Amino acid sequence: MECVFGLVGDGFVIVASDTSAVNSILVHKTNEDKIMKLDSHKFVAASGESGDRVQFTEYIQKNVALYQFRNGIPLTTAAAANFTRGELATALRKNPYMVNILLAGHDKETGPSLYYIDYIATLHKVDKGAFGYGSFFCLSLMDRHYHSGMSVEEAIELVDKCITEIQSRLVVAPPNFVIKIVDRDGAREYAWRESVKDTPIAQPEALGV
Amino acid sequence: MARYDRAITVFSPDGHLFQVEYALEAVRKGNAAVGVRGTDIVVLGVEKKSAAKLQDSRSVKKIVSLDDHVALVCAGLKADARVLVNKARIECQSYRLTVEDPVTVEYITRYIAGLQQKYTQSGGVRPFGLSTLIVGFDPHLGVPALYQTDPSGAFSAWKANATGRNSNSMREFLEKNYKETSGQETVKLAIRALLEVVESGGKNIEVAVMTKDQGLRQLEEAEIDAIVAEIEAEKAAAEAAKKAPPKDS
Repeated sequence: MECVFGLVGDGFVIVASDTSAVNSILVHKTNEDKIMKLDSHKFVAASGESGDRVQFTEYIQKNVALYQFRNGIPLTTAAAANFTRGELATALRKNPYMVNILLAGHDKETGPSLYYIDYIATLHKVDKGAFGYGSFFCLSLMDRHYHSGMSVEEAIELVDKCITEIQSRLVVAPPNFVIKIVDRDGAREYAWRESVKDTPIAQPEALGV
Repeated sequence: MARYDRAITVFSPDGHLFQVEYALEAVRKGNAAVGVRGTDIVVLGVEKKSAAKLQDSRSVKKIVSLDDHVALVCAGLKADARVLVNKARIECQSYRLTVEDPVTVEYITRYIAGLQQKYTQSGGVRPFGLSTLIVGFDPHLGVPALYQTDPSGAFSAWKANATGRNSNSMREFLEKNYKETSGQETVKLAIRALLEVVESGGKNIEVAVMTKDQGLRQLEEAEIDAIVAEIEAEKAAAEAAKKAPPKDS
């Protein structure tokens, strides 16, 4: 039921993911941020087993940081994607990580890029990608409406169309989504789309104490 | 492994570990380095031995970052330094991965010192031939810190310290002239200490400052030259004042 999707626009990449943390029939929380900042200009949007997701993406994040300290310059998005794929591939036939990743980044020399990396270490450089049941709906919508060189407004419109489609057509649709953007100025959160907020704890006065 | 278990660093009859002491000799031959702790800033300075004409000086950075908030300078064997710095950088990330917190300066100093000590008590290896000055800010309390380690693996915290060539003269100078400073005053104190033993000029010293908010910043040659000029002017003014004391009428 997890949904992660993203697309490349004019000088930027947008990634969106649902924010529900679920265990069987229980929803642990509805504001789980699954898009981790890898460095100043890269995001890793991951879906899959929550333990593996956090372990693996944090491991990648720390190795990306180590590279930067050792070499004085950051990894390119392509290099980070290939490194991530390599780690998944190495673990695959012993202890596979059940994590699907969309790696989004912006490099000064080559601009924005998006990489599709699935749990069996497939690596593709793509303009648009999606994981999860939501992908059945997102990919079709993106095929219909995407064109290269979209502006931020156009891209967000498409992202919102995808979210609306997921929420109306998927049987156990996640209620909330987070949208993040990477461009020349860095990686940052763009917006949340919330239809359910965590209920606040009742105050003592309200209980008539 | 059969051939690599013989201890190389062993006690002498009068309780010395000669290998460690010889390592300290190697440190004494290394380039002069100084570290000063201010109230809101820490400064590291190191002498730059004149670069060979054909050498690309940008590839020789002596003041290195271990993490966003910790930096190090060392005196002694540069190749040994590379190994130690690499291990420390890995430890900084590994610590962040395990406990989701950045290292404290004390922790990483203890780690580096621990490594240096291990190599004085292991088979088949020699001690690291370098002393380090480690600076940084505590990630929670935001207070600046300066530590020193040496080949024996001993470490301690300092307000200001020097290591490498002529470190005794620099330390004496610091002991005489140290006072709690902040910002640019701390930078000046560090450079003044370094100038006691190094030819003056921006191209002979490398200086870096670390602040809580901006991390490590290497000073440009022009900046250093400007501060050196200020210091020389102050020295000249002090000399002049000594020679011709103002007449009280």
